[in-house]
Order: sequence, then structure tokens, then C-alpha cells
Amino acid sequence: MGLSQIIFLVLTAVVFFIAFKQFGAIYQNIKLGKDEEISGDAGWRWQNVLLVAFGQKKMFKRFIPAILHFFIYAAFLMTQVELIEIFIDGFGGVHRFFAEPLGGLYTFIISFIEILSVLAFVATIVFLWRRNILKVPRFWKPEMVGWPKLDGNLILVGELLLLVGIFSMNGADTLLQQLDPAHYPDTGNLAISSWLGPALFGGFDASTLHVIERFGWWLHILVVFGFITYLPFSKHLHIFLAFPNVFFSRKRSRGEIENMPEIMNEVKSMMGLVEDTGEMSEDIPEFGSKDIFDLSWKNILEAYTCTECGRCTSVCPANMTGKKLSPRKIMMDIRDRAEEVGKNLKSGSDEFISADKKGEGVTLSKDNYDDGKSLFDYISNEELYACTTCNACVEACPVMISPLEPILEMRRYDILTNSSGPSDWLPMFNSVENGGAVWQMPEERAAWTKEDN
Amino acid sequence: MGVKTIAEFAAEGQKPEILFWVGCAGSFDARAKKVSMAFAKILESAAISYAILGNEESCTGDPARRAGNEFLFQMSALQNIEVLNGYEVQKIVTACPHCFNTLKNEYPKLGGNYEVLHHTQLISQLISEGKLKVEGDAFKGKKVTYHDSCYLGRINSEYEAPRSILNELDANIVEMDQSRSRGLCCGAGGAQMFKENEPGDKRINMERVDQALETGANVVAANCPFCITMLTDGLKAHEKQDEVMVLDISELIVQANGL
Repeated sequence: MGLSQIIFLVLTAVVFFIAFKQFGAIYQNIKLGKDEEISGDAGWRWQNVLLVAFGQKKMFKRFIPAILHFFIYAAFLMTQVELIEIFIDGFGGVHRFFAEPLGGLYTFIISFIEILSVLAFVATIVFLWRRNILKVPRFWKPEMVGWPKLDGNLILVGELLLLVGIFSMNGADTLLQQLDPAHYPDTGNLAISSWLGPALFGGFDASTLHVIERFGWWLHILVVFGFITYLPFSKHLHIFLAFPNVFFSRKRSRGEIENMPEIMNEVKSMMGLVEDTGEMSEDIPEFGSKDIFDLSWKNILEAYTCTECGRCTSVCPANMTGKKLSPRKIMMDIRDRAEEVGKNLKSGSDEFISADKKGEGVTLSKDNYDDGKSLFDYISNEELYACTTCNACVEACPVMISPLEPILEMRRYDILTNSSGPSDWLPMFNSVENGGAVWQMPEERAAWTKEDN
Repeated sequence: MGVKTIAEFAAEGQKPEILFWVGCAGSFDARAKKVSMAFAKILESAAISYAILGNEESCTGDPARRAGNEFLFQMSALQNIEVLNGYEVQKIVTACPHCFNTLKNEYPKLGGNYEVLHHTQLISQLISEGKLKVEGDAFKGKKVTYHDSCYLGRINSEYEAPRSILNELDANIVEMDQSRSRGLCCGAGGAQMFKENEPGDKRINMERVDQALETGANVVAANCPFCITMLTDGLKAHEKQDEVMVLDISELIVQANGL
């Protein structure tokens, strides 16, 4: 076994070990949310996976970014085919394992990847330009400073590196096939490299070409490895999570806000519609969501799926008119809070056990967790109460995230559990409760029918 | 005009074909009351047997639920469902897309199952069935733009029924920059109607009114009492209330037909 094979093997093992741990941590963080069974309607779910996730149907509402994104996406998918060969070559110490057995088909597949790669290269440059020079407003909102901004650019630069790798590798290879056919099997005329190779590296000697080819090969795989280990820390997780997120999206009508059966039952017994069981819980009940533990696991999955594209924020009427609310920030805050809690839980430190549950032999878990913080430390009331529930964010999200759900859950906590919220609402609440109308009115409800019009 | 209550129908041992759910705005808001009247006139001219709940109607609970006050929502909803089920109501029409949404999408979970129509859907049906004819040329050649309310449009995917009615008017229909699924909110939903705006640069209704003015329309057609309030306020702030009218779709029909 050659040295490069050993290095490849060790690297692969390390990368997959790290990835396994990191993705495991994300899975655990998603499970910090409330259990909720989301199932049934399999046909509808698979249709969404096919059309919305795989087919990017919702992306195409904005054609230009959609088509550019599609180039990168298609190139990414197709490059996985090439990656299979890279792994076989890397482990086996062989070169272009599939070239000879596949023959013309090989030429076709690699050429196809090359064309997509050129398109992806152009798209990536346009994306960098849109982000940094054109300054598309949704990439320049207050929540997009620091890490989120760097993250977006790093991914794009990584993509460029990957493509540089592919073309160095293929370009040098086409020349080496003529100089050293014994070691470099014929790939046929590759669509791009067959002219790009000679154009870039024509006249180089075999040993230089060999270095360039190896450089390209290693650059390609190292960027892939880097990407796998980087993903768990990045907004770029949508490339995987978009699929389960779309699969598990809720089928209920957009206009239906989730019912709270616990309150329904209480009100029913109050109104004498059902028999009062007489069972009153000792604890003061908490309604709505204060922290990620009170949100559904689906909301946290959505937070991790969010790729911070900001389509939601760009169509939010509150954000458009200068209010603090940004639906994207709501999702980013939920993810950041889940990360914080996850990290603290992993530390196992006693300081995160809530005071009333501390004791001999008690170990830190999500059930006794208390770090003195909550989602309300991330999301202000000013943001929550700026929402008009217009659903523009829900409509805009290409991967079926609902920023509205957590907003309403947190409003519920503030109103029902904190008995807080905008004081302007109190007269409305009182009128609805006592007069059955949103305004306190002196006249009869049917009075309008007697008015002269 | 003799708008009958469902209780009056019941006293005569009868049941109306459809219940007209008036809503709080339609019952009490000076501007929205005119819409209720306009829609009642349409129902009458199409010879539809309908009734209202009158004093037995109360707020659907929509603003309470969206404000986060689930307790109040449940109280309102369960009370209404008791009344509706008591009269064995099967079909409801309302001129308020918030009531429409809550009755249609949220009451079933609480035991209230009805066929619910927004008034633009019913009007459009009446037209296509030949029960209602749009006459006259009150709006001929006038520029009319249509504002999609969130709760009828984006939330319940009804973009066509109101537009199909407008097409009967012989008017010059111009779409705003943001329409249909991209329609911009008027700023009232989610119980914003009942509170002061959060700090910002601009009111949402002003943004929407700017879009409407850009079209150069003389009439902004709407389908929601709260949108009407918001858009009218926006026009007033621009002192354009005399040049541009905000009218409910039912009012357009009433004017066209001289009802």
C-alpha cells in the first residue's frame, strides 16, 4: 500500500468520525424540541420531496437566482458520481478506475460533469458578485454580519476551489494521456478539458503535469472533506436537511393555527360542554413556547435547515417598512439557542441544573436544564409583535420553513403564561370576552340592518 | 331592507339556504357596515334565502388567537360553534376574510364543520350560474386595481373569484407590482389592527398605498373590511381620498347595477 493510499485512508476515517459526531450532535439538538408525531399522507410527502426539495419548485419564483442555484445544485449532484471514482482510486491506488470499463459512457459522464461545472463556476462568481458587490439587500440585513456573512462567502469560495481542482485534474490528465498512456487511461475527448487542458498546460513536461494532476485531485477531495466537516457549523446544512424538512412539513391549511387541546378542554369544561374531571394540576401550567424545549422538534429542524437566503425577510411587510422583525433572524436565533443549549448539556456541568432540581447524584439533562436564559433573550417582544401573520415568509421559503409558527408560539407564552403583551390589546381582549366583539359597542349587533343606506 | 335573523327563520319553522356571517367590522365599523349592506342587496337581488345570526353572533376569535390569546379564542369559537350547530347551519358566507379563514380552517378542529364561502366566491358563483348579472357601465374604462388580502389570497389561495367579478365590470384592470401570492399585507392582520405599530420607518399601509397609487388606478378594489380601513387611511395621509376610492367588490357590483 502506497503512502498516498494510507494518507487517504486515515483522512477519510478522521473526516467521517468528526462528521458522525457533529451530525449526531445536531440530531440531539433537534430532539431537544417537543416530541410530535408527524406522519401519514405519504404520497403528499414524497411528492413534496420530489417537487420542492429535489425539483426546487419554490425556488423558481425568482428565476435568475433559481437557475444559477440550479447549476450549482446539478453540478454538486453529478460530481458525486465522480467522487465515487475518486474514493475507489484513493483507496485502491488506481487511476481513473472507470475510464476503461465504461469507455464512451465515461467520456459522456465526465463531459456532462464538466459542462455543469463550468455553469456552476459562472453561477458561483455571480453569487459572490451579488452578495458582495451588487449587495442584494437581503444579504445585508443586521443579522447577516460576522459569521453568517463569512459563512456564505466561505462556501462560495470553497466551491470555486473545488472547481479549480476538477479542471486542474482533468486538464492535466488529458495531456498526460498522450505523454504516458500506460499510466493514464484514455478518457476520450472530454467536453471542456480536451481544450482547456492544452490551453492552460500545453507544453508542460510530464512531471509538472503529474504534479498539477495530483494537486487537482487532492484539492478536490480535500475540499470535499473540508466541506463535510464544515457543514455542521454552517448554514449550508440545507443541502441535506431540506429533504427531511420538506418531507415532515405539516399538511394543515396555511390558515389554521395549531389548536391547543389542553386549553380547549379547559374551556369546554368551564362552559359545561364536557364533564369537569375535577383534576386540577398542582403546577401552574405553562402555555406557548419560552425556549426550544417548548417548540416542536420540527421547528428546530427548520432552524437547522435554514440557509439564510433571506427570501422570507425580503417579503416581510414588517421588515420592509423598517421594523425589527426579520423572519430569517427568528430561525437563526432558534438554531443558535439550540446550539448553545446543546453545548451546555454536553459539558455536563452542574451549573446548568436548575436550582430546585439540584441534588446528590442528579446529572444534567434536558429535563432539569436551566441556564437562566431562554429564546426571549434572543428574540425581543418588539420583533414578535410586529408580525401581521400575513404568511409571506411561509410562502417565500423554498424549503417549507414556517417562521410564523415559533412567532405565534412565543406570543402565546408571553400572553398566556406571562400575562404580558402589548397593552393596546387589552381593550380588544376585554371586548371580545365581555361583549363578543372586537370593539366595545353600545348598539346591537344587527343595528346596521336598520340603518338607511 | 328586511334582513332576517336565523332565529326569525326558525320561529317560522324554516331554514335559510345560507347564513351571512357579518363579523364585528361588518356589524359595527361605519365603513364596513356599508359593505354588509351592499352584500345584502346582492343576495336579495339574486333571490338568495339567507339570514344573519344577529345578536347571537360574536367575534370568531381570529384576532385573539393570532395575538396569542388561545384561551379567548377557544371561548369565542366554542360559543359560536354551539350557536351554529344549534341552528344546524351548513353553509356560511362572510365578507370578512379573517372570519372566513377561521370558520373554514379552524372551527372544524373544535367541532364546527360548515361549508364556508367568502362573499367574492359566492358572488362569482352567482354570476356564473346566471343568477346575478352585472349591468351598466359605471366603471367602463376606469382604472381599477385589486388588493389581494392575505387571508383570502395567500392563505386560502383564492385569487381568481374576485378577479372574475372585476372582469365583468368592463373596467381597465391594472395589477399592482405585488399581487396574488406576492400580494403585500395592508398591515392589519395578526391583531395589528388593534395596536400601535412597532417602531419602524414607515407604516405598512403606506407602502401598499404607494404601490396602488403607482398603478394610476381610480379605484382600489378590496375584499376585507380591515384592508379597506388601512388603505383608506393611507390614501387620506396622501390626501388622495377624493381621487382614489377604496371599495369592496360587492360595492362595485351594487354601483354598477344601481342597486
